[in-house]
Amino acid sequence: MDAATAILDHPHDPSTATGIPNKKLLLWAFLASDCMFFGTLISTHLVYRQHPPPGNPVATQVFDIELTSFSTFILLMSSLMMALAVNAIQRGKVKSMRASLLTTAFFGLVFLGCQVWEFWHFVYEKNLTITNSIFGSTFFTLTGTHGTHVAIGVLWLLSMYAYSFKKGFSERNAVDVESMGLYWHFVDIVWIVIFTAVYLLEYVYPVASSAH
Amino acid sequence: MAEALVKSDFIGKEEPAGVRPFTLLRRPTARTGLVAWLTTVDHKKIGLMYGFFAIVFFLVGGIEALIIRTQLIVPNNHLVSAHFYSELFTMHGTTMIFLAVMPLNAAFFNLLVPLQIGARDVAFPRLNAFSLWVFVAGALILNAGWFLKAGAPAAGWFGYAPLTSKTFTPDISADLWTVGLQVLGVSSIVASLNFITTIINLRAPGMTMMRVPVFTWMALITSFLLILAMPSIAIALVEVIFDRHFGTNFFEVSNGGQPILWQHLFWIFGHPEVYILILPPMGYISEILPTFARKPLFGYPVMVFSGALIGFIGFGVWSHHMFTTGMGMVATSAFALATMAIAVPTGVKVFNWIGTLWGGHLRMRTPMLFALGFIWMFMMGGFSGIMHSAAPADSQQHNSYFVVAHFHYVLIGGATFALLAAIPYWFPKFFGRLVNEFWGKVSFWVIFVGFNATFFPMHFLGLNGMPRRTWTYDANMGWNTGNLVASLGAYLLGLGILIYFATIVWSYFKGKQAGPDPWDARTLEWSIPSPPPEYNFAVTPAVHARDAWWYEKHHREETAREHTAHARDEAAHGGIHMPGQSWYPLVAAAGLLVAGLCFANYNLTGSLIGLGLLLAGVYLWALEGPGGYHLHPEESGDPAQK
Repeated sequence: MDAATAILDHPHDPSTATGIPNKKLLLWAFLASDCMFFGTLISTHLVYRQHPPPGNPVATQVFDIELTSFSTFILLMSSLMMALAVNAIQRGKVKSMRASLLTTAFFGLVFLGCQVWEFWHFVYEKNLTITNSIFGSTFFTLTGTHGTHVAIGVLWLLSMYAYSFKKGFSERNAVDVESMGLYWHFVDIVWIVIFTAVYLLEYVYPVASSAH
Repeated sequence: MAEALVKSDFIGKEEPAGVRPFTLLRRPTARTGLVAWLTTVDHKKIGLMYGFFAIVFFLVGGIEALIIRTQLIVPNNHLVSAHFYSELFTMHGTTMIFLAVMPLNAAFFNLLVPLQIGARDVAFPRLNAFSLWVFVAGALILNAGWFLKAGAPAAGWFGYAPLTSKTFTPDISADLWTVGLQVLGVSSIVASLNFITTIINLRAPGMTMMRVPVFTWMALITSFLLILAMPSIAIALVEVIFDRHFGTNFFEVSNGGQPILWQHLFWIFGHPEVYILILPPMGYISEILPTFARKPLFGYPVMVFSGALIGFIGFGVWSHHMFTTGMGMVATSAFALATMAIAVPTGVKVFNWIGTLWGGHLRMRTPMLFALGFIWMFMMGGFSGIMHSAAPADSQQHNSYFVVAHFHYVLIGGATFALLAAIPYWFPKFFGRLVNEFWGKVSFWVIFVGFNATFFPMHFLGLNGMPRRTWTYDANMGWNTGNLVASLGAYLLGLGILIYFATIVWSYFKGKQAGPDPWDARTLEWSIPSPPPEYNFAVTPAVHARDAWWYEKHHREETAREHTAHARDEAAHGGIHMPGQSWYPLVAAAGLLVAGLCFANYNLTGSLIGLGLLLAGVYLWALEGPGGYHLHPEESGDPAQK
């Protein structure tokens, strides 16, 4: 590994049987697994949504859809920055990668900030808590799990940022950044599903009122 | 090609010259002693430790079973209390599934997969050590209740809601169960991710997917089942944990929760779990039968695809555990049909095994006896399984001893017999000694008779209405003889297991020396010395046929030529790269153990300390880097070199 490998063929790793780098393959498999985690949580939410007990809060009266739309947009933009970071390191531009990484992390933090504000607002102004209704239980558990994923992603981004100052960090680390990118995009895509199934759905197909 | 050959064991980036990775604890280099075992990243040592812990828990679960059978030997028995009885059957089931059969399979994945595909280790050696220690942590958390005032978990191995709620289990036994299983799930998923990467990416040159030995194929399918099925129970457990710790309403009926959701989520995991337990055993059998029948495996591609099909359909049959919950006609019919359909690929496998035996020169060694016993006993369990698939019949058999008979036929007659076949078959490879034939065969017959005496009468007990999990029964129910026979059979089965493991221990010290290939077998693990050197293959093998080692044995000149060429290539590239040992997998797993135990005890500070330890372990692990050193077996004149 020296000057002879100045031009790296990023999608291909000659040391593995398939040419896919091990780290990337592991991460793809993990994301398949993570799909099932979120699938189970989303199913739980959707199943319970169909059977609201008397007194269950009406989702559209709780949600602040403008704010959530804004934070969704920010999260989508963070994926753009993540893609730019991967592209930068694949071309060996460490400084450019650092800038994109920081922006990605910043957008992630903005999203988390919106979520913290949203939770605060729901609990103290809309009286929706994790304990006082089944809607609260499924909503906070699902979106909280997603928020935890974003938080871990931000931690990973900032750790990679710090690590990039280590001597020897270079284009050869592209697969590390790319694997992190896979995770980040995945968390982003999951949010699109959650935003659709948990938020938008309530405006399109509201559940029949529980006044029975 | 030469590049690919040399690097087929390459597991990470080379450190650029002059850059020292950050290590807090000095990187251990001990080759023997306690530190070597605690910090090892060698898949063979990790496999042996998995096997050791699994066998210990197998014996613990067996003792629990014997107490259960002793309680039931006569009617109106009061040997143990009803609550203790509940603890026994809960922990017997949980232990046998999660702490005995699964880790024993994991042991064989570790021991065999890299050897069968011609690799020098798994793709992520430190992650592999982490899986092992996390498994140990989960096992400790699950069993901690025996030593606490709360007692062991007692809500049944499938912990139906709302039995696990605060109302019905106010003590922490349910918390130990949920947290313990959660930790074991982490271990399973992490290990499976590692094996998926290993099997897909670390195959030796020429080892195409359709040349991969059937056992390794089953390991791959099982790993996929694990990563896709485990999340379902993980989230279900999260919901129970949140209900208990944070007052959510997932299974709280008064606030709109529905306990039936637990059943669905549990069995969406629970049914693939059945195939997680049985697919690897099908793999052992597919390796053992051809060796002792002196024939190639009959219908290799069909075997592989049937395994994949079983795994796939396995995700669509979970509700056959819930026929009596009133799901409605459509759902019930759909799950009944899917359940009948899954019998087809299973039957195909059985016919292929028979096809392998047909016209073969059968050699009746101990592993072969257990393998043949597997086919017969597994079929028996399969037949009663098909009976369950008919929903009307199932509602009669549901929750009765008939079900107990059924799943013990597939889990003992099936999975355990296959494991008992696998142990003496691969024992010589890893310990260099053969298992004593005479006592091995004696143990087989005692186990075979004892097993059938225990579980065959349970079919009749179940059809005569004896419910499972019953602490005791009245003398006038007509169940006395059946229970007496079953209990006496259980003692015989226990004696057989005792003879079996005593023989194994004896053979470890006194068994006949085995060469590299005592069975004249076909797969690559037999091409290297017994026990294998730490680098497995002095020269990365080149694979030309499905039965790779068989081909090598019959093309000696060609093989020797290739070996010389590859050896030269590897030496030119700096020799064999071996991963470095590390403390951090153990540190991270210890963090998870502390966090789990404290969380189950509602101790927030301790949980955070544990999580901090886990996080510190993970960061130091990342900073330490894969590390490693190079070996030159050729130059040092290693006796391993042929």
